[in-house]
Amino acid sequence: MSEDVYVLGVDMIKFGRFPDRTVPNIGAEAALLALDDAGLTIKDMQAMYCGNLGQANAMVGQRILQEIGQTGIPVVNCANACATGATAFREAWMSIKAGIYDVVLAVGVEQMGKGLLGGAGGGDGIPKEGLLGSGTMPCVFAEAGMEHSKDHGTTFEQFAKISVKNHHHSTLNPKAMYQIETPLDVVMNAEMISYPNTKLMCSVNVDGSAAAVLVSEKKAKELGMARAVKVRASALASDPYTDRDLVMPDVNACTRIAAQQAYEMAGVGPEDVNLVELHDCFATAEMLHYENLGLCKDGDAGKMIDEGHVELGGKVPVNVSGGLLSKGHPLGATGIANIYEVCTHLRGEAGARQVEGAKMGMTHVIGLGTACGIHILEKV
Amino acid sequence: MSDKILPAVGYLKIPDDGDPYLEGYKCDNCGAVFLGERSVCSKCFTRDKMSTIKLKETGVLHSFSVVYRSFPGIDVPYVSAIVDMDGGGTVKGNLINIEPDPEKIDFGMKVKLTYQDALGRKDKEGNSYLSYFFEPA
Repeated sequence: MSEDVYVLGVDMIKFGRFPDRTVPNIGAEAALLALDDAGLTIKDMQAMYCGNLGQANAMVGQRILQEIGQTGIPVVNCANACATGATAFREAWMSIKAGIYDVVLAVGVEQMGKGLLGGAGGGDGIPKEGLLGSGTMPCVFAEAGMEHSKDHGTTFEQFAKISVKNHHHSTLNPKAMYQIETPLDVVMNAEMISYPNTKLMCSVNVDGSAAAVLVSEKKAKELGMARAVKVRASALASDPYTDRDLVMPDVNACTRIAAQQAYEMAGVGPEDVNLVELHDCFATAEMLHYENLGLCKDGDAGKMIDEGHVELGGKVPVNVSGGLLSKGHPLGATGIANIYEVCTHLRGEAGARQVEGAKMGMTHVIGLGTACGIHILEKV
Repeated sequence: MSDKILPAVGYLKIPDDGDPYLEGYKCDNCGAVFLGERSVCSKCFTRDKMSTIKLKETGVLHSFSVVYRSFPGIDVPYVSAIVDMDGGGTVKGNLINIEPDPEKIDFGMKVKLTYQDALGRKDKEGNSYLSYFFEPA
């Protein structure tokens, strides 16, 4: 196999709402932070991979370079739903893996606004939302969670506990959108959006950006390995055929494919992973992925949250950043922001939320449609 | 403006003589059932072996959510349902004539199709539409 790839610099901005800024301007901030973290400049970058969804046809990557330095390097703009950031990171990884470049920049950025996502369902004729069920994201992921309830008896309260956990974690993360404790009764009594997802069990639409500088092993050794994080695996899967997939997006099957490929590539198993940042776009989604990622046996996800295995201090802390539920979910940035989070723990720089002794971590995102991106990272 | 009521979606068929029905495309090789026209099976990759079928009128509730917040102008709460049709195919739709209370809806309950006006929704030309709904069987 070709030489290993390392993350040399990585950072994110504090997520928030920046209606007066432009998408490239928000992206440029993270790009500069990541370059600084790597101790490099834009002049050192040989290529750029940019993830953004909202302006997918508007050359966001090039416009970021117009704000931070136009050197004539190739730029690839990626859109892959909520897996957009992970896809940009993976494209960057592949370019080094292929031996084309030694130093590349990956940026993810999104400006969101507020409100419900999905389900607009325009097209010809009349609107279909609320006529043929709901295509809103809270409902689609509620239906996926209810499938778990049907098979395993998972309760509203168990789903709600995930939101309590992630909001608690975010109180320790200064870069999260919110730092607010939400006790169980507050989560369960919040406005019901789509049963069993209350408002506090839905991810927060925010603006944000994150970026990473990836380098070849040769370059990492040259520049200094002290804070370099090794990319042990990068996997991307689409949804395989399953019986209901075209009516009910299947976030499980493609996660299982990507997870299996990632574990095989890294030569490790779920028991080797010390922390996980997974795609908690809704509390119901996080529950499914404990099993999809092999963190527990099928049917045991409810126990994972009940017994505290997935909280900070537990067996395998999940979403110690606060997750999409409280850190926020700027679609195109999320897949690199979660790589920032894992790298920060592996470097021992996570402060109050540090997962003690973390050596290996996993990131996971799902974009409906469907795309799943998984990375396994290790501090060597 | 059409003088006839139009189908809300392409896979809802309204024959001139006869009752409305949902149309599926069934792969003659592997039996997979799809909504909407296609010529290649995404399950077994066989080409040009698709036949149109009438979906059965009955099915079983696979999963659901009760929707309390939707887009402005859409009446809530309502039940968004995923139904496995008897004889093949999965269809999403509103489950009506049942209290929209998660405690009172059972996974696996038997449901049947009913065809009604599309909640009074009209297009820009003022055409009326027929839609399908599920109700307890």
